[in-house]
Amino acid sequence: MTDLTHLQRLEAEAIHIFREVVAETENPAMLYSIGKDSAVLLHVARKAFWPSPPPFPLVHVDTTWKFRAMYDFRARMAEESGMELIVHTNEDGVKQGIGPFTHGSGVHTDIMKTVALKQALDTYKYDAAFGGARRDEEKSRAKERIFSFRTAAHRWDPKNQRPELWKLYNARKAPGESIRVFPLSNWTELDIWQYIYLEDIPIVPLYYSAMRPVVERDGTLIMIDDPDRMVLHEGEIVQEKMVRFRTLGCWPLTGAVESEATTLPDIIQEMLLTTTSERQGRMIDHDAAASMEKKKQEGYF
Amino acid sequence: MAHVSDQIAEDILGYLQSHETKSLLRFITCGSVDDGKSTLIGRLLYESKMIFEDQLAALEADSKRVGTQGQEIDFALLVDGLAAEREQGITIDVAYRFFSTDRRKFIVADTPGHEQYTRNMATGASTADVAILMIDARKGILTQTRRHSFIVSLLGIRHVVLAINKLDLVDYDRAVYDEIVEAYGEFAEPLNFASVTPIPMSALRGDNITDKSGKTPWYNGPTLMAYLETVEVADGAEDRPFRMPVQWVNRPDLDFRGFSGMIAGGTIRPGDAIKSLPSSKESTVRSIATFNGELDRAVAGQSVTITLNDEIDISRGDVLCAADDPAPAADQFQAHILWMNEQEMLPGRTYLMKIGATTAQATVAAPKYAIDVNTMEHLAAKTLELNGIGVCNLNLDRTIAFDPYTENRDMGGFILIDRLSNETVGVGMIDFALRRASNIHRQALVVDKDARAELKGQKPVMLWFTGLSGSGKSTIANALEQKLLAMGRHTTILDGDNVRHGLNKDLGFTDADRVENIRRVSEVGKLMVEAGLITLVSFISPFRSERRMARQMLEDDEFVEVHVDTPLEVAEERDVKGLYKKARKGEIKNFTGIDSPYEAPLEPEIRLATTDMTPDEAADQLLAFLREKGYLA
Repeated sequence: MTDLTHLQRLEAEAIHIFREVVAETENPAMLYSIGKDSAVLLHVARKAFWPSPPPFPLVHVDTTWKFRAMYDFRARMAEESGMELIVHTNEDGVKQGIGPFTHGSGVHTDIMKTVALKQALDTYKYDAAFGGARRDEEKSRAKERIFSFRTAAHRWDPKNQRPELWKLYNARKAPGESIRVFPLSNWTELDIWQYIYLEDIPIVPLYYSAMRPVVERDGTLIMIDDPDRMVLHEGEIVQEKMVRFRTLGCWPLTGAVESEATTLPDIIQEMLLTTTSERQGRMIDHDAAASMEKKKQEGYF
Repeated sequence: MAHVSDQIAEDILGYLQSHETKSLLRFITCGSVDDGKSTLIGRLLYESKMIFEDQLAALEADSKRVGTQGQEIDFALLVDGLAAEREQGITIDVAYRFFSTDRRKFIVADTPGHEQYTRNMATGASTADVAILMIDARKGILTQTRRHSFIVSLLGIRHVVLAINKLDLVDYDRAVYDEIVEAYGEFAEPLNFASVTPIPMSALRGDNITDKSGKTPWYNGPTLMAYLETVEVADGAEDRPFRMPVQWVNRPDLDFRGFSGMIAGGTIRPGDAIKSLPSSKESTVRSIATFNGELDRAVAGQSVTITLNDEIDISRGDVLCAADDPAPAADQFQAHILWMNEQEMLPGRTYLMKIGATTAQATVAAPKYAIDVNTMEHLAAKTLELNGIGVCNLNLDRTIAFDPYTENRDMGGFILIDRLSNETVGVGMIDFALRRASNIHRQALVVDKDARAELKGQKPVMLWFTGLSGSGKSTIANALEQKLLAMGRHTTILDGDNVRHGLNKDLGFTDADRVENIRRVSEVGKLMVEAGLITLVSFISPFRSERRMARQMLEDDEFVEVHVDTPLEVAEERDVKGLYKKARKGEIKNFTGIDSPYEAPLEPEIRLATTDMTPDEAADQLLAFLREKGYLA
């Protein structure tokens, strides 16, 4: 009698989902954001198809404002996995000089992330895109299907989702339509960390605490990752602090937390003992008016 | 988090180790908001310490502001911004929630609301091991309790918790509890649950949720949480015969050929003999290959890649089985079907059926009977509407391996997909295979189609005239047949009106009957073509999928779709039989073009624009086509 553990079951489910998509769609890709959920997603994908490399590319939608450590890590993982890496940047946005300092987080995210993602999907004609989103992250995710359909205009219709029973996924779609697929739907944040720990999965060093140069802005600690592009406000002082990141995104928009956690068990311990929910470090969610659901209907992953 | 065991702070490595060995339990909660379902889920999340301090502070504030519990915490508020989302017009059908204790991780399928309840409950139940049936102690067993129990049993959940809630409102009266338990036991007898565990509780007060309540000294059973943490649900899945639907063939190079899939039943070890179905080819397992090395054994629920000692032809959709206990294979089944689409099930129409890793074409027959979910009575039915449940026969275009659903959910559960809209329109559970297919052997024919056609000096073909009522189908078909007859050709006509006076006089004009009408005519037309005749079929035939069905019965060059394209205004203006007038008055229901749709052909072989030509000219155009394509040679 072997009682599979919850992580073994979650992994088996995710592997099953990966294989269904590869078997039933024409041109799948993995949206790779370099963060910890992407790290798990990539790891499970490699297990699903081993000894073959995963038969789809990694696609990174690059806003050009990611942490330098993320770019290094991206190159390393593409190399290790043997997968093709496709980097897409919204060149129109670059020409217009769109950036978080000059245009604010809302405009920057919309043009360099949401619009860029749609461009990438249209350019390469991916009919299925894997993402690392989880149902425990946010309310609108709790009801989203594992196979989530998008119209040819990339819109999500929460009222018109296909029933998902057993392990049977209906991947049929009309030309131009696409599916976002979330193999980690049933994982929680604790599952992700525990799995990283158990499987010894590499993650970007920024998750571990270290002395880093930061300034305090609107109650958040912003790390100066690229001094040439950092815009300091009057009265702001750069300090070296022992900080780490709970989530990773564009460095000017991602708040650091003061922490002594330098190992994985430290991080998990800190996460379990922390008193605020995960996304607080991500400034994009603080733009109150635009809920995640609305963003998703417009094509945000 | 707010209430954390000290172990996290003091011994994180020990904590991690104990959490590595946790198992997973999926359950569904059944009941309406009034039964305290949201309160119960909120309470479970709260008691399992899955709530952050910022959320807790917000909860306390909200409870005072909008809660229904005075100064107490209203746990129902935790579960959802449901109310807010409803105000925004967003329907939540199935939401999944997560919590864990030191022993297990839990996934709760929450299906709020009454609308579409059957469909949503079935979806949540399909992956659940346990169902919690909420009962308001003041009300006892209601119609909805029966409905929920039936759906839970239909979807194969074996373990049920009878959560007799709101006991605080009946003064924790044991007699009330006992009465409900007894009544339920009687009712649930035929549902064949492996276990029914009644628990007296108050989700609101926290009685018997995580701690034994002092208010129910007469109750000796487990608390809800204790039950959920310990209930044994494996049901011997790994002792059953080995089954693995092949999802993907892994072939990185010439030296490795692996078959990937999730094990749907049993256990496999290197050296075990397997049989691949439906081909029945046999081999033995060489290895169970994984990223982390080869395994000595793998069990139901694991996703693996298996290599074999022989090169046998296996592809996606085949099922690897234990050689000494293989799954049966068949192409006709009886199944319970639950319909999930606004458009009713159309008996006779071909749907895609996905089961395991196979997708087949399946034609669903009219239900033998439908089942009233409230009373479990069998009702006569011609079709199944949204949320309808019935027992039907299915006919597949190929033989597939399966197990009855009651023996193996993953080998016997299937979804039905509409071929045009690609929507998942229904789900089903195989009861058993029909033996009919193996008993009726096709008669091998000595004189065949080609021989008959040769004698007549023509190439048989079916000309399928489709168009609105009054478009001129019959008139043109008659004109064409006269010309063919004059040329000494062998022909026949199947005309919609005439066939409805005879062969199809038992059919009406509902969508379901229209589909059956066309199916019969297609079959008869096929016999005519096999007799070597040029067969003219003149039917409104409004639906694309049925015309496609007719096309698929014949060889590629034996079917010619003729769209008699007359605009509705023109046909209505002509109104040869006075039918449009009646339809407009409401005297005829389901009239094509008026209150029933006409789906024009997208790529007909021939389109006749009748506003620009006489019937005689139209017949000439068809004659020219037949000559050009060699049917008259």
